Amino acid sequence: MDFELTEEQQLIKDTVRDFAEREIKPVAGELDENAEFSYPLTKRMGELGLFGMTLPEKYGGQELDTLSYIIAVEEIARIDGSQAATLAAHNSLGISPLFEYGNEEQKMKYLPQLCTGEALWSFGLTEPSAGSDSRGSKTTAVLKNDEWIINGSKIFITNGSADITKGCTVQAVSGEKGGKKIFTTILAETGTPGFTQKTMHGKMMWRASNTSELYFDDCRVPQENLLGKIGEGSHIMLQTLDGGRLSIAAMGLGNAQGAYEMALAYAKERKQFGKPISKFQINAFKLADMALKIELARNLLYKACWLKDNGKPYGKEAAMSKLYCSEIAKEVSDEAVQIHGGYGLMKDYDVERFYRDQRLLQIGEGTSEIQRIVISRLIGC
Amino acid sequence: MKILVLISNVPDTTTKIRFTGDNTAFDSTGVQWIINPWDELALTRAVELKEAGAVEKITVGNVGRQTTEPTLRKALAIGADEAIRVDAEPEDAFFVAIQLAEVGKDFDIIMAGIEASDYNGSAVGGMLAELLGFNSVSAVSGLNIENGELIINREIDGGSQVLTIASPVVTIVQKGIAKEPRIPAMRGIMMARKKPMNVVSPVEAKAKTEMINFELPPPKAACKLVDEENAKELIRLLHEEAKVL
Ligand SMILES: Cc1cc2nc3c(=O)[nH]c(=O)nc-3n(C[C@H](O)[C@H](O)[C@H](O)COP(=O)(O)OP(=O)(O)OC[C@H]3O[C@@H](n4cnc5c(N)ncnc54)[C@H](O)[C@@H]3O)c2cc1C
Repeated sequence: MDFELTEEQQLIKDTVRDFAEREIKPVAGELDENAEFSYPLTKRMGELGLFGMTLPEKYGGQELDTLSYIIAVEEIARIDGSQAATLAAHNSLGISPLFEYGNEEQKMKYLPQLCTGEALWSFGLTEPSAGSDSRGSKTTAVLKNDEWIINGSKIFITNGSADITKGCTVQAVSGEKGGKKIFTTILAETGTPGFTQKTMHGKMMWRASNTSELYFDDCRVPQENLLGKIGEGSHIMLQTLDGGRLSIAAMGLGNAQGAYEMALAYAKERKQFGKPISKFQINAFKLADMALKIELARNLLYKACWLKDNGKPYGKEAAMSKLYCSEIAKEVSDEAVQIHGGYGLMKDYDVERFYRDQRLLQIGEGTSEIQRIVISRLIGC
Repeated sequence: MKILVLISNVPDTTTKIRFTGDNTAFDSTGVQWIINPWDELALTRAVELKEAGAVEKITVGNVGRQTTEPTLRKALAIGADEAIRVDAEPEDAFFVAIQLAEVGKDFDIIMAGIEASDYNGSAVGGMLAELLGFNSVSAVSGLNIENGELIINREIDGGSQVLTIASPVVTIVQKGIAKEPRIPAMRGIMMARKKPMNVVSPVEAKAKTEMINFELPPPKAACKLVDEENAKELIRLLHEEAKVL
């Protein structure tokens, strides 16, 4: 067993950390407060090559391994959940299905501009009637005269309505067979008549990330916008979510790491009863538990990445990582606020934002309950 | 024009400094190594000049053991074209300058940081210029190349000085030479794998100085708080303890 990062992975970790500390940290609080999506930071992430990290060079990718990508998400999330959301969703949900299931023409058409960060792509699975149960989808797509006609709506779609959003991979019901819905994925470009994108406001977390409602009203797209094959929709969506789970896990790990570092620094600095509060055993033990959970989470997640990079099945470990990393983010950020006392509840302290940002991680891309269902099935229950 | 940027491998600036062997050697356990901050700025400027088309090739040079290679790899990721590592323990400034003079002969511009953040010796650049017989300017905070001519800016007390100088030259650079150190892009990191890392053997040289021992500054005394009403006590402390009045 080798637990060392390669020289290159270490350099990526240091580089992304440096970028996050120098360029994201100074503005993260304000972007969160104003619920403002940052075009300059998205552009910078593109310039640094953080989009399409694992793709071949010919599509504008960097040909790096999964672990390098996950480390990048972790390092951004260590500083800011919103930017990590933009990054992780664009890579894992936007770029990945286009790369895995697109034909050559589709890949050449979309991927280069998505890898530079000039344009974003979103993934539209969730609907008002289809959350955990993606088969509850009511959006339909009918093929008529060489065109798909899409009707329905999507909700909570990350990167779905930014000014630079180029389009969305839409899951739709394209027919029925033996009383069962047939799902198909179709690419809908921004600007297509009948396709409306609306930004959702009032989020408690990831406030500087773009979340959207999408409406399709007799929206017609050319037949060649089919992604993969007819009836392959569910498979494409579920495979995409397997990969996506690793990046949500990385966000949990990064959030926990960031909150822990803040708590440790604060506990050593803050004095009550004549000594630093880190010297009170109850706080010291809390910090020890945080360090332990983070270590376990990192080992589990990196192992899942290693499995993926070595072409081995990783679905179970991905679900476990998503579940564990997101749950420890909740525990660690909660105790981190506790260690900060009243100051931890004030926006002047970043830990307050970390406490809010982690809350989505136990819900998005399959809730904790659903992850337990997935794991229990995979272990044969 | 060909540029050689000298890269010193130094402990991260937030490192807690410790010594071993009865304070005779630096304890490098667990230390994270970085490019000396001034060297990183020099490299950033060199990359900017290359992007502007004024420089053909950037080489980075270092005297150090194999453990310095991650630092050199980062320099390649930032934008240097090749690295030269003289495979030796950097014993002192003179030893390092001798080694670098050996590899630095064919360059038009050599950029050295004004000091390295480990021993703050401020010596290598000047020695190297002397050994190579190159022109040299210190405290350089701006470097431009216009029509093949080197234009140098120096921040001096109360103003700045602009001068031109003929190459080959050793420029000893300080803050201001570039705004911020360049963050390498993933593409750069990927390409750095394929760039040459030339390892050369050191030439015979004797260090001129010897490290005897180190001493840490005394730990900071606790901060004393004096009550608002007690100005007399404050004055007494400033007189008798701090001895600043
Ligand atoms: C900020 C944000 C960004 C998002 N980005 C995207 C995106 O880019 N693309 C996209 O398609 N979706 C996205 N989502 C949607 C997200 O994936 C869903 O919210 C999530 O899958 C849960 O669905 P739901 O909200 O409808 O909850 P529900 O499915 O209604 O769940 C409610 C509760 O019931 C529980 N529950 C449901 N079924 C079961 C069961 N069988 N057994 C036990 N418990 C159960 C759940 O665990 C949960 O606790 C995003 C959501 C948010 C908030």
